[in-house]
Amino acid sequence: MVEAKALVKRFGDFEAVRGIDVQVRKGEAFGFLGPNGAGKSSTMRMIASTSPRSDGDLRVLGMDPDVDGPRIRARLGSVPQQDTLDTELTVRQNLQIYGRYFGMSRADVRRKATELMEFAQLSERADGLVDALSGGMKRRLTIARSLVNDPDLLLLDEPTTGLDPQARHMLWDRLFRLKAGGVTLIITSHYMDEVEQLCDRLVVMDDGRIVAEGSPSELIARYSTREVLELRFAPGEQGGIAERVAEFGGRVEELPDRVLVYTGDGERALEQVHGRDVRPASSLVRRSTLEDVFLRLTGRTLVD
Amino acid sequence: MAGRDTAGRDTAGRDTAGRDMTGGNMAGATARVETGSRSAGWVLGSWRAAWLRVEAHWTWYRRYWQSSLYSSGLQPVLFLAAMGLGFGSQVEAGPATGGLAYLHYVAPALLVAGAVQNAIGELSYPVLSGFKWQQDYYAVTATPVTAGQLLGGQIIWIALRVGIACVVYAIIALLFGAWLNAGALLVIPVGVLAAVACGVPIMAVAATTYNEGERFAAIFRFLVMPMILFSGTFFPIEQIPGAVRWLAWISPVWHGTELARGVTLGGLGIGPALGHLAFLGALFGVSAVLARRYFYRRLVV
Amino acid sequence: MRTSPTTSTTAPGAAGPDATKPDTTKPARRGLLLRMLPAPLYAGRARALLERSAMVYSRAWLVFVSGVVEPLLYLLAFQVGFGKLVEEVTGPGGQTMSYVAFVAPALLAASAMNGAVFDSTFNVFFKFRYNKTYDAILATPLGPLDIALGEISWAVLRGGLYALAFLGVMTGFGLVTSPWALLLLPVALLVSFAFSAVGMVCATFLKSPAQFDFVQLAVMPMFLLSTTFYPLSVYPEPLQYAVQCLPLYHGVELTRGLAVGVLDVSMIGHAAYLFVLAAAGSYFTAKRLARLLLR
Repeated sequence: MVEAKALVKRFGDFEAVRGIDVQVRKGEAFGFLGPNGAGKSSTMRMIASTSPRSDGDLRVLGMDPDVDGPRIRARLGSVPQQDTLDTELTVRQNLQIYGRYFGMSRADVRRKATELMEFAQLSERADGLVDALSGGMKRRLTIARSLVNDPDLLLLDEPTTGLDPQARHMLWDRLFRLKAGGVTLIITSHYMDEVEQLCDRLVVMDDGRIVAEGSPSELIARYSTREVLELRFAPGEQGGIAERVAEFGGRVEELPDRVLVYTGDGERALEQVHGRDVRPASSLVRRSTLEDVFLRLTGRTLVD
Repeated sequence: MAGRDTAGRDTAGRDTAGRDMTGGNMAGATARVETGSRSAGWVLGSWRAAWLRVEAHWTWYRRYWQSSLYSSGLQPVLFLAAMGLGFGSQVEAGPATGGLAYLHYVAPALLVAGAVQNAIGELSYPVLSGFKWQQDYYAVTATPVTAGQLLGGQIIWIALRVGIACVVYAIIALLFGAWLNAGALLVIPVGVLAAVACGVPIMAVAATTYNEGERFAAIFRFLVMPMILFSGTFFPIEQIPGAVRWLAWISPVWHGTELARGVTLGGLGIGPALGHLAFLGALFGVSAVLARRYFYRRLVV
Repeated sequence: MRTSPTTSTTAPGAAGPDATKPDTTKPARRGLLLRMLPAPLYAGRARALLERSAMVYSRAWLVFVSGVVEPLLYLLAFQVGFGKLVEEVTGPGGQTMSYVAFVAPALLAASAMNGAVFDSTFNVFFKFRYNKTYDAILATPLGPLDIALGEISWAVLRGGLYALAFLGVMTGFGLVTSPWALLLLPVALLVSFAFSAVGMVCATFLKSPAQFDFVQLAVMPMFLLSTTFYPLSVYPEPLQYAVQCLPLYHGVELTRGLAVGVLDVSMIGHAAYLFVLAAAGSYFTAKRLARLLLR
């Protein structure tokens, strides 16, 4: 569906994407995970054929975006990072006019709009203006809108950023259904749980480059331990702790607000820490996540 | 949890004892509250508060004055050139212009019309924006400044700004040879008065507008524009058919125009002059009371 | 099936466009424009933008109607006021005519300009900077030129309706004395076209709403000085040349001449000036949109 080789995006002197290779296969859910500014959105916009590439090679649906932009976009669905809903129109009109942009007939867009409002659970708001919708509703409408042309490939840029947990889960459910229906999904996110839940395969991006690639479980197995012990301390008391607990885990990371001990057995490590007379204000043993993978790969956290 | 709490208080204790200990921010803040307020805690007098708003407007204006150059300074001058000189060249001095050249006839009226338009423009969408888009009014009323002081400050500011625009216009009109005597100096306060009297009602409207301000477009088109055209600015209202002439009489622009012509061109008795002043004053007073009420209703909830 | 809208996705392995899809890949028509410009700029579907505008204004018809009223108020003011101050002026071809008859066709051109500028600057600016309407549209097969042409067409259509209403009232006032006056309508459309195209280019340069004053700064002098209210001979000679450079001057020359049926070869020049402006404006609008949105 998407094939990129040494793909580069420059804005003036600034290189947002610094030569990445990506391959997305039909029917899979593919993720770009990385912090803000990693180059995810730039990559997405190049794939969406709304942003010309600066260098490298890119094929979307077998076509070159520079030559066949309109033809590619005709088969894409795109959910941009910020909702670009038409605030001057109603929910229904938003869907209808968007379908018209794809050259669908009036009868088709009318039918499609009704269908999509049901899918997005917005039928009751059909004739209300978009402005009055809640954040989650707007996001659902944006996703519904991106489906108006029955896309082969759906691009979702930070689909749940800024939503409350309930709205996020509802969106995830819709995305699962789409995937089950055979739509290829490409998702960017800086939430590791989102990517873990939704993606079959992902790349971790940082500073315009791809630093790792694989399935969520593969990446965790490759770059992290099974469990993590998190220790929090009262302000000012964390200094020097990392050195004192270093021997209890394979690796220790010190963050501004906590110390992470990577280990196969978190509970045991905690006992050992207590045995060393280190008294954290609170402690937590948990499974490794993609967040830990990212920390390992870049030395930084995903969400600051 | 308990451990952290103890630790925090511990740090705070040390913090009050010796300031340079490595206490966290949170601990420092706690100490401050415990040892007494450090905040300014002043409540300002009304005039001073209003004046602070004027200063705030001025800060903004210093940065963006170029972009308002047209509406405040250039528009009336353009009208003076096009209508006073250009159109005026086609007009023969006659009874309609009181025997005067059209330029002399129209110059004082254009000052008033320009000032009114300037004020209405500045007090419509910008005021709505304070409530709705920028919402800086809510930020201001979160300080000791009250909604009424906010309103007062804005009115003072507009009066000053319109005043400056009027002075600029007067000077340029002087270069055009549009003034006949020193009475022109009095046209400036008349313009400011008319502008404020027309502008404050718009503020009241803005404070009760909750949509995108579509009504302003209608007000500009159906109220302001006709008011400027049919209030004796360009031609005497005696030319308007008697049946609808009363519309001009209730137009504040007409009262301002009559006053403005009166103070420089003469021909206005003391009685009518006081009447015009009273009309403008009453309009200002009533709308200021209303605006104040609406400002409170919207900002203090 | 009923809840999922994605029923027509291609089966795994079956690459290539799906036959059951609406005809979304083929541009609607292959005009000259399409062959001249690179494909990503134009998909030949500007009409969809017109539909969008019609949808929006179906709710805001009052705004639409009020645009008709404004020039009529002006006309009324000239009928009862200004026209009494000035009895006669020298019109096209050196004939004397009533002041109202002199000014009415010019007002028609001026209102076509005002409407077009308003539509293409204010409206486009808000869609462009705040509502991100165009970002959404560019994610579909449509290109920036579709947007430019669609929005400009709407402004022209609206200008045409206003002109029609104005022409009707002029006829009612007895100000139309020549059958040539019917041509005022296409001229008004041309003026709208030229100004909305140029206005849209300008709108893409604006950064904050405060800068609309600059738009006014360009439009008001043009409105006041383009011989709308008095003959060109009022100006001293060097200024006459300057005024003749103003685009509205050419619109006014066309409407004023046609209204009384005084035709002139120079009218071809006036029309050509406006055509060039319209074409250049459309082209640069598309360029600017592409530059700002497709980056």
